[in-house]
Amino acid sequence: MSAAPMPVAVNTFREAVRDRVLYNLVFFALLMIGAAILVGQISIGIDRLVIVNLGLSAISLFGLVMAIFIGVGLVSKEIEKRTLYSLLAQPIRRWEFLIGKYAGLVLTLVVNNFFMTLGLAAALFYVGRPFVRTDAVILVSIYFILLELALVTAIALFFSCFSTPMLSTLFTLGIYITGNFASDIRGFGDFTKSPGVKVVTRVIYYLVPNFHNFNSIAAASHGEPIPLALVGQNTLYAALYVALLLVAASAVFSHRNLK
Amino acid sequence: MNAPAIEILGLTKDYPVGFWRKKMRRSLDNLTLQVEEGEIFGYLGPNGAGKTTTLKLLTGLIFPTAGTARVRGKSIDDVTMHREIGYLPEQPYFYDYLTARELLDYYGHFGGLSKAQRRERVAQLLERVGLASAANLQLRKYSKGMLQRAGIAQAMLHDPKVVFLDEPMSGLDPVGRREVRDIILELKNQGKTVFFSTHILSDAEMLCDRVAVLASGKLLGVGAPGDIVALEVHAMDILFELREGRSLPAGLPGQVTTMGGRCHMEVPESDLYAALEQLRRCEARILSVLPVRPTLEDYFLRLVEKEKVTSHTVEVTVR
Amino acid sequence: MASIAVPLLFATVAGLQTRIDAETRSIAQKSDEVLLRSPAAIQKMSFGYDSLLADIYWTRAVQYYGARFAKKGATFELLWPLLDITTTLDPKLIIAYRFGAIFLSEKGTGGAGRPDLAIQLVKRGMAANPDEWHLDLDLGFLYYWRMKDYTSAARTFLAASKKPGAPQMLAVTAAHVAEEGGSLDTSQMIWSEIYESNKDPKIRERALQTLQALKAAQDQLHLNEIADEYKNRFGRYPASISELRSAGLLNGIPVDPLGYPYVFGSDGKAALNPDSPIVIPQDLNGLAAPKQ
Repeated sequence: MSAAPMPVAVNTFREAVRDRVLYNLVFFALLMIGAAILVGQISIGIDRLVIVNLGLSAISLFGLVMAIFIGVGLVSKEIEKRTLYSLLAQPIRRWEFLIGKYAGLVLTLVVNNFFMTLGLAAALFYVGRPFVRTDAVILVSIYFILLELALVTAIALFFSCFSTPMLSTLFTLGIYITGNFASDIRGFGDFTKSPGVKVVTRVIYYLVPNFHNFNSIAAASHGEPIPLALVGQNTLYAALYVALLLVAASAVFSHRNLK
Repeated sequence: MNAPAIEILGLTKDYPVGFWRKKMRRSLDNLTLQVEEGEIFGYLGPNGAGKTTTLKLLTGLIFPTAGTARVRGKSIDDVTMHREIGYLPEQPYFYDYLTARELLDYYGHFGGLSKAQRRERVAQLLERVGLASAANLQLRKYSKGMLQRAGIAQAMLHDPKVVFLDEPMSGLDPVGRREVRDIILELKNQGKTVFFSTHILSDAEMLCDRVAVLASGKLLGVGAPGDIVALEVHAMDILFELREGRSLPAGLPGQVTTMGGRCHMEVPESDLYAALEQLRRCEARILSVLPVRPTLEDYFLRLVEKEKVTSHTVEVTVR
Repeated sequence: MASIAVPLLFATVAGLQTRIDAETRSIAQKSDEVLLRSPAAIQKMSFGYDSLLADIYWTRAVQYYGARFAKKGATFELLWPLLDITTTLDPKLIIAYRFGAIFLSEKGTGGAGRPDLAIQLVKRGMAANPDEWHLDLDLGFLYYWRMKDYTSAARTFLAASKKPGAPQMLAVTAAHVAEEGGSLDTSQMIWSEIYESNKDPKIRERALQTLQALKAAQDQLHLNEIADEYKNRFGRYPASISELRSAGLLNGIPVDPLGYPYVFGSDGKAALNPDSPIVIPQDLNGLAAPKQ
């Protein structure tokens, strides 16, 4: 295992910190504080439910914005700013550089999620109920959110290798949305009579990353357990898809002439 | 005889141009060149000649359409070759949120040095390029000259055997340029090979063991500056003053330019004594007689002009 | 290398997807049934943020009801769609079903007057949450109080009592309803259960009001019996409470649960004090008196 990606990853993380990306945590904290204070006014008895829904949805959405907006610039920004010239003249392979950039952004997301989890826990604590064993499903949900974000980051990185940030954002967002509704698209195909549509929708279903696999916020807010088998399968699914994307990105980037 | 430090064989680079990207523009045409170990090699040419393209091909930033090259015996495809080279890009851009120290430390990771070794080497280099006092300032606050120095520092980081510098003097004031010249000479003293591109011919003349001239992607000539220049001594410059009241004699064998009472006259060597005799007769005061040494610039301009007249952009239509 | 790896990985990923589908199918099965039966205004998409959207719609439903309730002569047409969307987005949001059970079904100024929709909503909730005895209670309540279908009510209360965590009272209530049909006693039992088992303040307030009205109705029945006794003795109905007291048939001044003394109407029947805010709901009509 080569060591070259590691310093790239650390530097990517450092860049995010110095770009004040982590300041989004301030907004998250304000959101959680506001929610914790106001939630009692909505309805008695579901304050914990609402805080978990809001907190996990915010963790997911903030993370998504970060994964996409930083992700699409991971490579293209370095080419644009020409910082890549002196770096690639170093003894580092192109795929090592990619893995490092990817790992750096994922690390940033993990750190971000960690602090948000603390914020969520604080809000739940404030609302008053002590933690019970079923709350562990909230942690599983956060893990699923991280898997999703890792997958979105890989998609964004892939596009970053050859496309402009604007187009990459559109493509990545498009795939994310399609991936969320993939099972509905397939269901639609199953209903129609046209065999052509059936085939197309099936292909879309298996091709696009099925983000709905990771839907877990409802389960977390209702305290329902998520089977361990699903945790394992989703981990494997995400790992395979990320590997696929990183291999494809390496192939594209290794042949790219830097302007 | 040692293997050449840099060996380039038929290196060619085409870029697709036009809306449909069907036409190709050849930015480097069949370059064949060798640079010996320990040489300071100047790579000259007007803007757009293909100098930067050559450097980017050699450092693996772009890929050749045809041809091969080897540095220290290793192909340019081979990433391990990068351990032995240093590269200063034209107008270097670095991560502006890093300090110079952090940048060097970051790049230092790729050279297999331990943490302590890295720290020492970085401190050494910062000292050498005169950035020790600004080492902890973010690069976004650096002036152009400071960035250039940081760039040289990172090019020397892994103690490379071959150093590629793309316009290393650009944007520097005379003090800065002298420092860079000193560094280049120092590198040569350490036995390194320096390959640098420039369009400032006086620098090349002063520093280089050999130069190559490139224009429109084609190699026009290679040789030592002295050899190139020696081919062309042919005139003498006479500096003189006219006596008061006297005017220029007619029929002088050369052009006279006057500036503030003093006159310069360039005459072919063969006409020197005849011209001096004419001036003696009108009692002009001779101030100096010097050979007009053609500079590299003359050689250069002549080659480039010739190339422009005899060539046009090579168009290769993709079928 | 990439040209082999990429298709291979895609194939593996597709295979894995079928395994995941099998896994989530069993979990999702119940909610799918619910969806197919629901004439929801929004098509449910399997979107990760549904439960948050459900909370937002629930908030809107509560605010909609609260705002309209304050206005005189308001109707609640949007209550059903709002609750429909809420429960479609989050089939496990029990409070929404329970709210609908009370206020969708209520006739008059406090509700939408659609017990049929309330029953549909609660049944959907029961399908999505089969172990939730509260919803069976609410369904039983709807059969009993709004539909006067005592057989179905008794059956439903019985089924509720068997679910995990259900209070023993439900079995007793089931038995009473099976035996007596509608009565003030069983009504009180049921409305007490509604009061105890709900946390929502609006539902509890309604339950409390109804319990107060039931108590008042009961008191009136009791007073009427005493009035009958008075008639037997004195040949006419009493004109006021004090007459009963003078006749020694009554000690003290009977007041309704809000503290207002009862009065006698010109028809000789006990009635609520005109100042009293208690309103006897229409649904009380035809409820039998407690058997002696």
